[in-house]
Amino acid sequence: MSIRYTFGGDEFLFAEISESMSLPAFFASMAITSKLRQLQWPGIVEICPANASFQLRFDPDILPAEQLLRQVQQLEQSLADSPQILDTRLVEIPVWYNDPWTREVGARFRQRHQDPQASDLEYAARVNGFASVDAFITAHSGSPWLVSMVGFVAGLPFMYQMVERDQQLQVPKYLSPRTATPRQTIGHGGCFACIYSVEGAGGYQMFGITPAPIYDPAQRQPYLADSMVLFRPGDLVRFKPIDQQQYQAAIQAVAEGRFALDIFPVRFSLPEFLANPEAYKQSLPGTHHAH
Amino acid sequence: MHIKVIKPGLATSVQDAGRNGYYHLGIPPSGALDQYSFRAANLLLGNAETAAVLECTLLGPQLQFSTACQIAICGAAMQPRINGQPQAVHQVLSIAAGDTLDFLPAAAGMRAYLAVSGGIDLPAVLDSRSTYALGGLGGYQGRCLQAGDILPLVAAPPTTAPVGRTLPAALQATLPRKAEVRVLPGLYAHRLCAESAARFYQDQWRVSSESDRIGYRLKGGAPLQFQPREAPFGAGADPSNIVDAGYPIGSIQVPSGKEPIILLRDAVSGGGYAMIGTVISADLDMVGQLQPNQGIMFTAVDMQQALQARQHYQAGLQQLRQALLDG
Repeated sequence: MSIRYTFGGDEFLFAEISESMSLPAFFASMAITSKLRQLQWPGIVEICPANASFQLRFDPDILPAEQLLRQVQQLEQSLADSPQILDTRLVEIPVWYNDPWTREVGARFRQRHQDPQASDLEYAARVNGFASVDAFITAHSGSPWLVSMVGFVAGLPFMYQMVERDQQLQVPKYLSPRTATPRQTIGHGGCFACIYSVEGAGGYQMFGITPAPIYDPAQRQPYLADSMVLFRPGDLVRFKPIDQQQYQAAIQAVAEGRFALDIFPVRFSLPEFLANPEAYKQSLPGTHHAH
Repeated sequence: MHIKVIKPGLATSVQDAGRNGYYHLGIPPSGALDQYSFRAANLLLGNAETAAVLECTLLGPQLQFSTACQIAICGAAMQPRINGQPQAVHQVLSIAAGDTLDFLPAAAGMRAYLAVSGGIDLPAVLDSRSTYALGGLGGYQGRCLQAGDILPLVAAPPTTAPVGRTLPAALQATLPRKAEVRVLPGLYAHRLCAESAARFYQDQWRVSSESDRIGYRLKGGAPLQFQPREAPFGAGADPSNIVDAGYPIGSIQVPSGKEPIILLRDAVSGGGYAMIGTVISADLDMVGQLQPNQGIMFTAVDMQQALQARQHYQAGLQQLRQALLDG
């Protein structure tokens, strides 16, 4: 893997690890950016890992551009053979699939959609070769996802499903973006899932909604006590289908500031995963193991 | 000790130098789009250089002061009026308790910075008082001002400058009719067809009305052609698509090759459109001062020229400090 470096003006160094999305590219991005965070080089202002790239914001008055480039390239070399292991966590996100709010917003913007006759879920199921919406939801919630980037807007996770490439769910974005998306909508565009952290415009297909706030400047839920943003690049996520009753109970808990998420520590090994994704995913912790 | 908002204006928000260290979570720097004028207003008044100010956009707010204080307005030529009496920009003005301040529409420039002696007294969120409206964060309740809002002021300003003190014309930000903005080509510029890559820097562009603190959208130039390719996995079918990546502040993206967008300080932090270059840091203030329909042209520069421009910009700030801190 040969990284392409390019400067974004006089304050950004942009590194494209791979033109296409892959887990090894993401791991390379995490390895370099995690190390940079530890090293705390004076003059580095922002360290932003992304799906298959990363960017740094720097102050060229403290750390000259060419010197930064040389240092990062040296770091890249030194990390080339580092173990592809991530000490992270698995977050279970309850989802009410096919909920009335995303259905209603989807219906309002049908003229911007590839298939105005179908719902987003019906369309996604069809283009991915599933016989029913339920079968699609089973695939969506049946394998964990990896948060491969946080951004666009505050706290929004992009997630890549941990399955073989031929099983990746892929759905085009809307033909032109909606002007509205409910907060906490589970979205999908290309091969990426996302959770809309705030209400607003959006072009991803809408599959459901989670009661769990994932970004809150007021930090009202216990799991947001340390940070107003829930997700970090490298988190694992499993979507857990819930029904209307469970959703309403969760919303009540959210309103009272006592909503809890199931979060498990995980040591994620990319080689072990790639060797046997199906077995590896069964070995991950979670409430799906009925004890 | 407060300001009451009678009319909010087009888009008035609390801003300061902005916040760093959260871009990887999607939280952009925010802060005054014209950092030079924001600092000039504070320094003119004798405030700390980065005290929180109001950024007033094109049509300013109408405000009532509960208490006597001093103010200074720098940036766009939005003539202030105190109780209806015209006043000067770039000057320390005296406000009496109960006075009303409003503005004429901007004759030149897009954003005026209203500094109040001592600064606006709101809590810092993630180390800054700047408003990030998309995320409902910082400033006054995480949003632009609305009628009826009450902005608390710092009770006892440390020092104040003499009323009438004026920012010398040579130290005022220039507000050109036609902007020439310098760009370092790069990022995904190699994906453009050669003709488009050159044409972008020859065309006359105009600022679209769909321009705000997140980004400036441009019209009027020729559509840009990207080289045909087989879409990389995860990138999306359009030739302007990339696997979603981080966006530098100042970067220029061209969705579907149609309308370039320059990202500013409230930027979306990343996404799936190829960027073809980045406005150099020294010229970002100027972009934020462009009105809808104003002309803009781009000049390609290399890193050395970008760094020279940066030094020049910083020398200007240093002159400003010397003139006002000692004066």
